[in-house]
Amino acid sequence: MAIYGVALLSACMFAGVFLGDVLGGLLGVKANVGGVGFAMLFLILLTNRGIDKGWLKSKSQEGIAFWGAMYIPIVVAMSSIQDVVAALAGGPLAVLGGVLGVAVAFAFIPVLTKMGSKTPAVEQSKK
Amino acid sequence: MDLAKMFVNMFVSNGFIGAMIIVGLVTMLAYKIAGLTKGRIHGSAIAIFFGLVLAYIGGITTGGHKGFASIPMFAGMGFMGGGMMRDFAIVSTAFGADLREIKKCGVPGVLSIFIGIFTSFVIGAGLAYLWGYNDVVSMATIGAGVVTFVVGPVTGAALGASSDVIAISIAAGVVKSVLVMIMTPLVAKMVGLDNPQSAMMFGGLMGTTSGTAAGMAAVDPKLVPYAAMTATFYTGTGCLLCPSLFYLVLNMMVG
Repeated sequence: MAIYGVALLSACMFAGVFLGDVLGGLLGVKANVGGVGFAMLFLILLTNRGIDKGWLKSKSQEGIAFWGAMYIPIVVAMSSIQDVVAALAGGPLAVLGGVLGVAVAFAFIPVLTKMGSKTPAVEQSKK
Repeated sequence: MDLAKMFVNMFVSNGFIGAMIIVGLVTMLAYKIAGLTKGRIHGSAIAIFFGLVLAYIGGITTGGHKGFASIPMFAGMGFMGGGMMRDFAIVSTAFGADLREIKKCGVPGVLSIFIGIFTSFVIGAGLAYLWGYNDVVSMATIGAGVVTFVVGPVTGAALGASSDVIAISIAAGVVKSVLVMIMTPLVAKMVGLDNPQSAMMFGGLMGTTSGTAAGMAAVDPKLVPYAAMTATFYTGTGCLLCPSLFYLVLNMMVG
């Protein structure tokens, strides 16, 4: 049943958000610390386990997949309720941030690829 | 019988349903336009851009701070795009990531995620500081926005950033996403983006799922899942690190 998957997803979110709140309280930051990230981790662990052990049936998986497919539409709705008028004052900041972020990330690809191809080579030479 | 009033009332009393119709129409239009660019720009990026345009229209016409939801008839967008639905949908995207596949990707793959998030955050926070947003919350939010347009608002909401700062963080993430789509096919050869391993590094470094999926599709459709896989982890790791560790370190350095 689709609702089983949706309920699992919801429970993961609550577990993650609660943990994030508790962590925030412990760190004294008055904020939710990484709740969504924890929730994602729980969902990955549980769905992988559920599929392996066979208790997460494909109908249940469809329930989770539906919300995954609603991700971009919800992001579209989210972008439509932002204070864009106020943000335009910082327009060049957004553009420059995006450009520099992409440029630096591209520069790292060859570095990491080299590292990746070296690692196995080192292991082979050890053998 | 006032038909116009009845129509408006329908939207007001069924806000969420109306929001899904609007987002559906916006998405359809966006994907039509994306088709005209022959897939060079992904429909989702155009749809998000349209969302920001709607937010601008809503803000200009009403003087409100909730974008398109400032118009009473479209207040339902505030529910669909609000924190609850957003976090729920983000968590659901983690489904489908296979731990065994992740393990195959090795140390450089994991490293790429951390390097990608760290460099983006530092660039965004640094630029925010130079632009005069020198409070730690705004710096962290804009830094997280350069990470991706999802990590930005999640971080902003967690830390209590103002809406205009959150909007900047989303805009920065959208710029990044669109740039990844356009630039990837152009620089693919130069950076050696032609095998599963480099595709995984690429996904981990860029992170924006829509950007990497569209960008890789234009290079080699077979490499898309590899890039998307690490990109899925990027957003989650970003949501975990930015409002916590990165914020705390930034707070120690600046605050």
